[in-house]
Amino acid sequence: MIEGISIHHILTVTTIMFFIGAYGFLTRKNLITMLMSIELVLNAVNINFVAFNKYLYPENMQGHFFSMFIIGIAAAEAAVAIAIIINIYRNIHSIDVEDIEQMKY
Amino acid sequence: MDFNQFIIMKHELLLTITVMVLLVAELTINDKKRIIPIAISLFGLHTALGFFWNESGALFGGMYQTSELIILMKNILNIGVFIVLLQSANWLRKPENFNKISEYFILLFSTLIGMNFMISSGEFLMFYLGLELATIPMAALVAYNTFNQKSAEAGVKLILSAAFSSGIMLFGISLFYGQFGSTYFQQLSMISMDTPLAILALIFFLSGLSFKISLVPFHLWTADVYEGAPVNITSYLSVISKGAAVFILTILLFTIFRTMVEVWTNIIYIIAILTMTIGNLFAIRQQNIKRFLAFSSIAQAGFILLGIIGTSSLGMATVIYFMLIYIFSNLGAFGVVSVISDYSGKENIDDYNGLYHSNPKLSLVMMLSLFSLAGIPPIAGFFGKFFLFTAAAEQGYYWLVLIAVINATISLYYYLIVVKAMFINKNDTPIAKIKSDNYARFALVICVVGIFIIGFFGSLFEYINHLSFGI
Repeated sequence: MIEGISIHHILTVTTIMFFIGAYGFLTRKNLITMLMSIELVLNAVNINFVAFNKYLYPENMQGHFFSMFIIGIAAAEAAVAIAIIINIYRNIHSIDVEDIEQMKY
Repeated sequence: MDFNQFIIMKHELLLTITVMVLLVAELTINDKKRIIPIAISLFGLHTALGFFWNESGALFGGMYQTSELIILMKNILNIGVFIVLLQSANWLRKPENFNKISEYFILLFSTLIGMNFMISSGEFLMFYLGLELATIPMAALVAYNTFNQKSAEAGVKLILSAAFSSGIMLFGISLFYGQFGSTYFQQLSMISMDTPLAILALIFFLSGLSFKISLVPFHLWTADVYEGAPVNITSYLSVISKGAAVFILTILLFTIFRTMVEVWTNIIYIIAILTMTIGNLFAIRQQNIKRFLAFSSIAQAGFILLGIIGTSSLGMATVIYFMLIYIFSNLGAFGVVSVISDYSGKENIDDYNGLYHSNPKLSLVMMLSLFSLAGIPPIAGFFGKFFLFTAAAEQGYYWLVLIAVINATISLYYYLIVVKAMFINKNDTPIAKIKSDNYARFALVICVVGIFIIGFFGSLFEYINHLSFGI
């Protein structure tokens, strides 16, 4: 717990982070930037879990464990996503979403 | 850990052993084509063993739980995966897949392990891990054709939207945790949750899970991914992946969210209407048969919601029963599409013109599967839809049932477009006569037998109904 900072401050920050991530995912045109926006969403969730655990339920560690697993899985997800993005780059020499449009509607 | 605890986890442990055996087989066997019969027979053994030694219980302090109902769900998924494996044998033997045969099986079985863990999870962390284990190898499978741009495009669309949706779902879970201080389903189902924050968390959670079932308005990835992926992966996605997500959604809504039943029935009501209508309307204008089946599967998911909104044990039984029928009918249709795509490379509905004159058996199987999907009386699909409508009508949702009946009629129109193309339309250059391999033939026979028999096999529904529970 940090002196002078209540859980409301932390929750405000994480909510803003979550919606910045969502906005970035929907508006960015670059696949890597979209992946970064997803990381922002997941990190907001991580801070949420840790803050809830620390401030409200300090007797057990469920929130801490949950955030550690999220970090690990986010890395695995990014690895697979980047592998596929590299494959796309080899095929069409671009990672812009505007160019990934063979299939629509 | 005594022997009994191994028996409780038998589905997951057997699959893990299968994956290990395949890893060793990849190293020791030189002729890679021989891996196909080994993997299929190992999985057949796993499917058969799934029916015996059914123990229910909980492990790891309640993080993992199983019951007779959950074992039944896993067995239904196993049967579906077995049919998918049989259908994919011929496609795997092609020279471009030669070095990746065991990868296909290992990734596919990993996703199935994830789905099994997801269905029998007793805690949100376990649920999330199962969901991700089911999703991440799936993206690798969708991007399986390395040199095909469409396949890579489908893969990136799947992984990005799946990661984003699980982010949204996790935000909902974190709000649940913050409010109630626990992630265990056992404890959460005891708490009465009707606070505004819990409703917000429920909406986040449901929108994350709806991505997996491809409910409108979270369906936009479906058609693209289904079109770009190899046909057999598409059938796996549309049947097994969707089935597992529907099962866990039903279980979660009926256990931990039962105190919010007024809230989520309203949400499901609107989503069901949107999903049926939009899925059907978009299916009419499709030219590619895989996209067509994608939108048809979106519409079918809308019908499944009618069973969930029933909120009774009858409702849950109809959902499971419909899923069983849906596996056979959709895999029958995808089986024909996969045979035709393997041998001729054609995937448009126009290419199916005059198929009956060159390949009468294949077109009959396709017709039966499409009739079963549409719900024409003597076949199993009719009973499945009829029971779903009964479950919703029992709770007094007459308007919803009326809209569903209208949608079923619309769906008959577009299923008949394909049937008309096969049987009536003329074509100067029809698809040549196909002599399909024994694996695919066996799979299609299983599907046809399933479509015919399940509808008349009343004791099966009684059995499912006896296991199900309501709110």
